[in-house]
Amino acid sequence: MPLIPASRHLRRWASVLPLLVLVASACSPEHYPQTGLRPLSDFARIGDDIQNNTLYWATGVFVLVEGALLYAIFRFRGRPDDPEPRQVHGNTTIEIIWTVIPALILAAIAVPTVRGIFQTSATPTGDVLKVEVVGHQWWWEFRYPDLNLTTANEVHIPVGQTVSLHLGSADVVHSFWPPRFAGKRDVFPNRETRLWFKAEQAGEYPGQCAEFCGIQHARMAFRVRAQTPEEFQAWVAHMQTLGAKPAAAAPAPDSVHTASAGARIQAPPQAKGAPQGAAERDSAAAGPAAPADPAYAAGEKLFLTKGCVGCHSLAAVNAPKGMVGPNLANIGARTYIAAGTLKNTDENLAHWIRDPQGIKKGVLMPNLGVTADEARSLVAFLRAHQ
Amino acid sequence: MATTALDQQRAHAAAGHAPPTGLWSWITTVDHKRIGILYGATAFTFFLMGGIEALLLRIQLGTPNNTFVTPETYNELFTMHGTTMIFLAIMPLSAAFFNFIIPLQIGARDVAFPRLNAFSYWVFLLGGLFLNASWLFGAAPDTGWFGYANLTSRQYSPGLHVDFWMLGLQTLGVASLAAAVNFFTTVLNMRAPGMTMMRMPIFTWMSFITQVLLLLAFPVITVALILLMFDRFFGTNFFVPSAGGDPLLWQHLFWIFGHPEVYILILPAFGIVSEILPVFSRKPLFGYAAMVFSGIFIAFLGFGVWSHHMFATGMGPIADTYFSLATMLIAIPTGVKIFNWLGTIWGGSIQYKTPLYFALGFVAMFIIGGLSGVMHGSPPADLQQTDTYFVVAHFHYVMFGGSIFGLTAGAYYWWPKMFGRMLDEGLGKLHFWLMLIGFNLTFFPMHILGLNGMPRRVYTYPEGLGFEELNLLETVAAFILAASFAVFLYNIIKTWRGPRNAPADPWNAATLEWAIPSPPQEWNFAEIPVVHGRDPLWEAKRERGGPLPEPQRVSGQGIHMPNPSYWPLVTALGLSSMMTGLMLIHHLGPWGIIAGGAILLFGVFNWAFEPAG
Repeated sequence: MPLIPASRHLRRWASVLPLLVLVASACSPEHYPQTGLRPLSDFARIGDDIQNNTLYWATGVFVLVEGALLYAIFRFRGRPDDPEPRQVHGNTTIEIIWTVIPALILAAIAVPTVRGIFQTSATPTGDVLKVEVVGHQWWWEFRYPDLNLTTANEVHIPVGQTVSLHLGSADVVHSFWPPRFAGKRDVFPNRETRLWFKAEQAGEYPGQCAEFCGIQHARMAFRVRAQTPEEFQAWVAHMQTLGAKPAAAAPAPDSVHTASAGARIQAPPQAKGAPQGAAERDSAAAGPAAPADPAYAAGEKLFLTKGCVGCHSLAAVNAPKGMVGPNLANIGARTYIAAGTLKNTDENLAHWIRDPQGIKKGVLMPNLGVTADEARSLVAFLRAHQ
Repeated sequence: MATTALDQQRAHAAAGHAPPTGLWSWITTVDHKRIGILYGATAFTFFLMGGIEALLLRIQLGTPNNTFVTPETYNELFTMHGTTMIFLAIMPLSAAFFNFIIPLQIGARDVAFPRLNAFSYWVFLLGGLFLNASWLFGAAPDTGWFGYANLTSRQYSPGLHVDFWMLGLQTLGVASLAAAVNFFTTVLNMRAPGMTMMRMPIFTWMSFITQVLLLLAFPVITVALILLMFDRFFGTNFFVPSAGGDPLLWQHLFWIFGHPEVYILILPAFGIVSEILPVFSRKPLFGYAAMVFSGIFIAFLGFGVWSHHMFATGMGPIADTYFSLATMLIAIPTGVKIFNWLGTIWGGSIQYKTPLYFALGFVAMFIIGGLSGVMHGSPPADLQQTDTYFVVAHFHYVMFGGSIFGLTAGAYYWWPKMFGRMLDEGLGKLHFWLMLIGFNLTFFPMHILGLNGMPRRVYTYPEGLGFEELNLLETVAAFILAASFAVFLYNIIKTWRGPRNAPADPWNAATLEWAIPSPPQEWNFAEIPVVHGRDPLWEAKRERGGPLPEPQRVSGQGIHMPNPSYWPLVTALGLSSMMTGLMLIHHLGPWGIIAGGAILLFGVFNWAFEPAG
């Protein structure tokens, strides 16, 4: 008989223990991929060091003051019939001491703070990679003016090279926040803000918009893909082939030329310092061969006739500015779609194409009445855009 | 009919009979105590509404990718939760105490402008109803309590959502400004003989400083809202970037108001706690002068730190340095206050009654909010913290752990004075423990989530970022917090059924409000007291060598009190009709505004020429 209560106890503990473990693990920064507590760049380390310094002081003050409070609460417990305690109105010496000590602690916080302010506000010099960040309701555009490349929602950066971000907005105020690499920088329409950092470790890291920007503020995430310099160079070289449509290999309909020509017409004059001949490479259509899959051709046609092309560009090189929707030049290779909303599987992509308003209500992409078959074709077409 | 009732009431007042009762007597009241009760009851109702909004937010965030509410509804809920708690709950709960307590503490029979006082209340009530009417039209404000431009422009926020918010806040601003003028004047001019500024009770002092902050901060938000109103209604471009306007201008204007607003929300609670700790420690406030001047210093500095809300905008190193150091400087007078509270209870004979529990809870929680505030003061660190749940945790430790704990302490402390009934001690302590535990379990984990990458104002979060566990814990804990207020309500209802059992001075307190019967008679003091020190009641008791005799209720024959009036309500109705007319300008043309204006003028005219009693 006594076994039963014991096993009940055990069972109860067995259900509580994992919960405790869960809560304990929920307090560790390792549990959080988007944490600001495990910096991976010089910029983020400046803030992290200051935060730790402040936190140590704050913890010390917390323990001392709350300790004194608790001590007083237990030590000076009185009864209604106790005699009146000594009537103290103040003590100038003590009051001066507890004004000066906090001032000194604040000085210990202020000195590294001011140093950190000037360090983080400095303009990076030397071999920097310039990236323009444009916030849109509700996705991120990334442009590499010196490489003449554009992409969306996943920013590729090389490890070991300082990235200089020039930020702006196409509509309302957003805030760019890649926590592992830097704190937030607000992005404004008609006003450029700056941020820089040098990534220390390759990998794929999440970030997201941090300023409320309308109905889908919560679904405005992005990925930072930090790559070794070699990987990054390979990525750049690959992206620079994604100017014109991969039309050379397959006999593409005329309309494809129209679409990519349209993209070229809207393209701004080539950025200063861009590799010579990039534009020629576009027209030479050095891109990957289009697959012979009939779904691909059907998808390509739908992309033009369903209106996708009105908002999305497929050109990474010489991409048009001011597009309403994200650039899709390498959509097939991205980890997420719809600015971090869904994993980039064929199924999710098809679902998204058919029902963006159901998945991300209020998004500027309308439901276009795409059938399941059409969505499959569009997925085949987009998936080929690696 | 109405006039007859009013005449009767006047006759009653003149004859010094029992106070009039009935709905009409409340509608026409100019008695600061009744207006205080109206403020308290209305604000507490709005507080419960804001609390329900918070629970809905917490349910939505309990699990990742939750669809309990739609994104629009979530955005409306968090906007209205913030707006409600700030403008319709904490500020008017403080105003309830300004109204009820300040005239009693300074030995006055009413405020300087009794009808203006009624006007403030009616405008507040109508402004609050106007804001919440938006729910009925499916157009609740949805751009955050801070309403950052240019999201609030017609282009990005069509519909009535922003209009309700903008005009509602504008209306509430009128109420706050009118009340601030009134209490500023009252404190300066109506103190009892002998009560010098440095003999004023500390709650009155902190409230007085709050009025100064209101007078200086509200004009700024008024201007900002007028600019926004012109942008939205009349095609100007103050905040429209495509026409050369600047959204950043809004942020500066908003926070020049918004930061002093934080002190408007917390200083009254400082005052309440500074009253309660000495009474229940049976020891005078430690360092009275330092408490007064640190309050003034905090208020002064409060106007010079607004841009610490904007470090992420990239203002440049000089501005960042100034705003960072000025922010840290505020920690010094705030620290002085905390140490002086410790000094007050230190060596005392502490009587553990419910008001003291909440006052000590305030000190303990406010320390945490203050320390995380210092952490935000460092821009390089703040760039990670800002707009995350770390900030949500921080300001809830200040606004809830601070203001709400302080105001609740004040409610338990002054309840016997206001209603003549003692609240139940056991239920009060249960309320305290549930609130303390629920509050900490709800808000402390937010520090961890924020530092680990959870942004604010998101209607959901994806799986895989690690936010699941602590969010679920917070959601469960929010219901413990809600339960604590259910206990409070039960305490009120239970004791309301009991007899009026409160003596004049149940806590052995030091200030003048405890010298008169509970609840006080209409004229407060049959004889205006003469004050000789900071703790007049303690001095009187010491002189007498024991407790004072229970004060007698008197007939009040020959005491002149202001007449009741409904013109403040008419004037307030005119003002809110004008706001409604403006909102519907595209449907009604100018006629709504004109009609409202006519009512307003009619009210003001009759107010001005109302015969003096």
